[in-house]
Amino acid sequence: MSQTRLLSVLVENRPGVLQRVASMIRRRGFNIDSLSVGPTEDDTISRMTIAVHVGRQQAEQATKQLAKLIDVVTVDDITGLRSVAHELVLVRMHTPPEHRAEVLQLVEIFRGRVVDVAASTSIIEVTGSQEKIDNFIELMRPYGIKELARSGAVALVRGEQARIRLVDFDINGGRQTDDARPAASAETDTTGTV
Amino acid sequence: MTPARSALARSDEDESPTPAAATRRLTGAQVALESLLLEGVDTIFGYPGGANLWLYRYLPEYPELRHVLVRHEQGGAHAADGYARSRRGSVGVVFATSGPGALNLVTGLATAYMDSVPVVAITGQVPSTAIGTDSFQESDVIGSTMSVVKHSYLITRVEDVAPTIREAFHVARTGRPGPVLIDFPKDLQAALTDFAADTTPVRLRSYPAPPAPDGAKLRRIADLIRQAQRPVILAGRGVIISHAEEELIALAHRASIPVGWTLLGTGAFPLRDPLALQMVGFMGAGYTNKAVCNADLLVMIGMRCDDRVTTRLDSFAPAVEHLVHIDIDPAEIGKNVVPHVSLVSDAKAALRGLLPLVEPKREHRWLTQIDQWREEHPVRYVNHSGLLQPQDVLREMYARCHDEAIVLADVGQNQIWAALWFDYARPGLFINSGGTGTMGYAFPASMGAKLANPDKTVFCVTGEGGFVMNMQEMATMVENNIDVNVVILNNASLGMVRQFQDDFYGGVRSAVDLRHTPDFVKLGDAFGMRAMSTSRLEDVPRLLDEAMAHRGPVLLNFDIDPEANVYPIVPLGKGMLDFVEAS
Repeated sequence: MSQTRLLSVLVENRPGVLQRVASMIRRRGFNIDSLSVGPTEDDTISRMTIAVHVGRQQAEQATKQLAKLIDVVTVDDITGLRSVAHELVLVRMHTPPEHRAEVLQLVEIFRGRVVDVAASTSIIEVTGSQEKIDNFIELMRPYGIKELARSGAVALVRGEQARIRLVDFDINGGRQTDDARPAASAETDTTGTV
Repeated sequence: MTPARSALARSDEDESPTPAAATRRLTGAQVALESLLLEGVDTIFGYPGGANLWLYRYLPEYPELRHVLVRHEQGGAHAADGYARSRRGSVGVVFATSGPGALNLVTGLATAYMDSVPVVAITGQVPSTAIGTDSFQESDVIGSTMSVVKHSYLITRVEDVAPTIREAFHVARTGRPGPVLIDFPKDLQAALTDFAADTTPVRLRSYPAPPAPDGAKLRRIADLIRQAQRPVILAGRGVIISHAEEELIALAHRASIPVGWTLLGTGAFPLRDPLALQMVGFMGAGYTNKAVCNADLLVMIGMRCDDRVTTRLDSFAPAVEHLVHIDIDPAEIGKNVVPHVSLVSDAKAALRGLLPLVEPKREHRWLTQIDQWREEHPVRYVNHSGLLQPQDVLREMYARCHDEAIVLADVGQNQIWAALWFDYARPGLFINSGGTGTMGYAFPASMGAKLANPDKTVFCVTGEGGFVMNMQEMATMVENNIDVNVVILNNASLGMVRQFQDDFYGGVRSAVDLRHTPDFVKLGDAFGMRAMSTSRLEDVPRLLDEAMAHRGPVLLNFDIDPEANVYPIVPLGKGMLDFVEAS
């Protein structure tokens, strides 16, 4: 049985890290559904959010092999956790005056917005879960999609505490906690320090 | 501040600076060589070329660094590997130039990677300003080697040379060791920077030290050992890497546990120990496979449990009630076989932690049963032809090792024969390319082993196929008078492939005939290397004695029975107990 796992991976912000991660995933025979990478609150660290399609037994292997890469700081498998996992889509829609109102109404329902308007087309931006984006695209299709660009998911786990606090990773040292997954600590302010 | 810089930044400024360490203005090349000295390097295997000429420009100024000019970069990578495997704690070092030079390292790096060998490769790269322009001898070495190294670095600033080399050695030698590559652009070799010796320990947030063995799990394993009636230990290369042989012997004797080993674990446990089994798996001893398949407790230490160990996966240890897997690499746990109890730990730390928790006990019935299997399924060979058998040669060779020789084997039949007839009263070093199975490995690797262990006898067991794959290193051997005794088991064919074709591919012999191989005595002459040859059993002792008495490299060609096969063997696709024995 295969499934999609959502991995939130913190990596050193160095050249070549993306290739190392992608190369390992390919070599081990896992499939990437989507991968997004970007900076974090700490400019030495990037976060990769990887949706990887793996067999049940492979899920653990994928996590362990990722963690083994020297430039990978932590791997957090957040599949099934209460999290916000959002994608972004930009759609250039065919919006002649006679359809424009109808399209914009649908955009409104999806809490999307128009980010560019031309005589007969508009670019619409929608963010949300994969399912929401899928649904939006299906609804737009009959009106005429001219062009589409869609990102992979970025995700954070819901709740009060940062799931992985970068302060726990001393730049010159190893991890301060044993399993890199500090449980909710007594401190209330984690955001200020990370 | 670039990210790379911050991640590499040392803590000198923050902490009280170590005294001394005068700062000097040096070129990047000099900084690299100084850094190698700080890492304890004394030998470099290498080959110069356009993109590493600055390193070679300054190398003569460092006479403590012995440079061995190999005749092909692949030979250099294997020599560095042999050096590191045979002198535990050391890191093998190889230099190559950009493009073809660096790419010739790939097989050697892969060999070191699969067998967890600490090697640092420093490759010249075209000037940083020319990278990406397809300039002369440019190739993407980082990209090309990514899947066969533990880690790699492209140096982008001359200030990073020293910290990068320190980090590279740290990564190569710690945890589960492995090869690390540093790609070093030519302009940065020539650029000037301030250098002060830094010997503070390297710490990386993304590379934590291996955990200490979990006490609760150690107690659980000790408990399982206490309860077990049919326990077996399997030892892999991890035991040898962590130098845990004595601890392994102590544990086995305390609780009367028979010990088998993987191909790469050969040497970890002495064959003459009463608790010794033999190699396990595809070409392992029948009695080891029987013991593993009947065990109620199987403790695997420092091994990957790959397909050559398990044969058909569902046939592996079917009676086992508790499978324990101890390995330093969490990714090896559950990769092929899912254990009931796993322990992520260095083998030595685990065994040391386990010893005081294990109660002394005897298991007479189980040991008697194993003795019976050992008698029923001995590792044996049968001489049908009257021709010289490879085992005849190996037995004479091992008889001359006096428990302290280092034996390197190549790949193929010679490898399995050499492993199965490895016969020591004490743990010893048996070195071979077990993971990648790189033909041509043993001969250059034996140069490294001898240079790392000048006081030990070094034998290289190879075939005529594997030997010619890197025979150019004869020139290196002779030039440096490296005292290796090379034993070629010459069956005039690619023996293992021929045996597979005979037994598993319908008996069609295809592209395995190696009768067109050089006359090795003349070849030795041409290189200035002492060489002898025989096909007669009665000559074997004399040739070996002469080789050992000779101070320098010797090539011994033994024309063996061309039909000699490896036994026992589990036919492809069959299970562990379906082994076929010599008959």
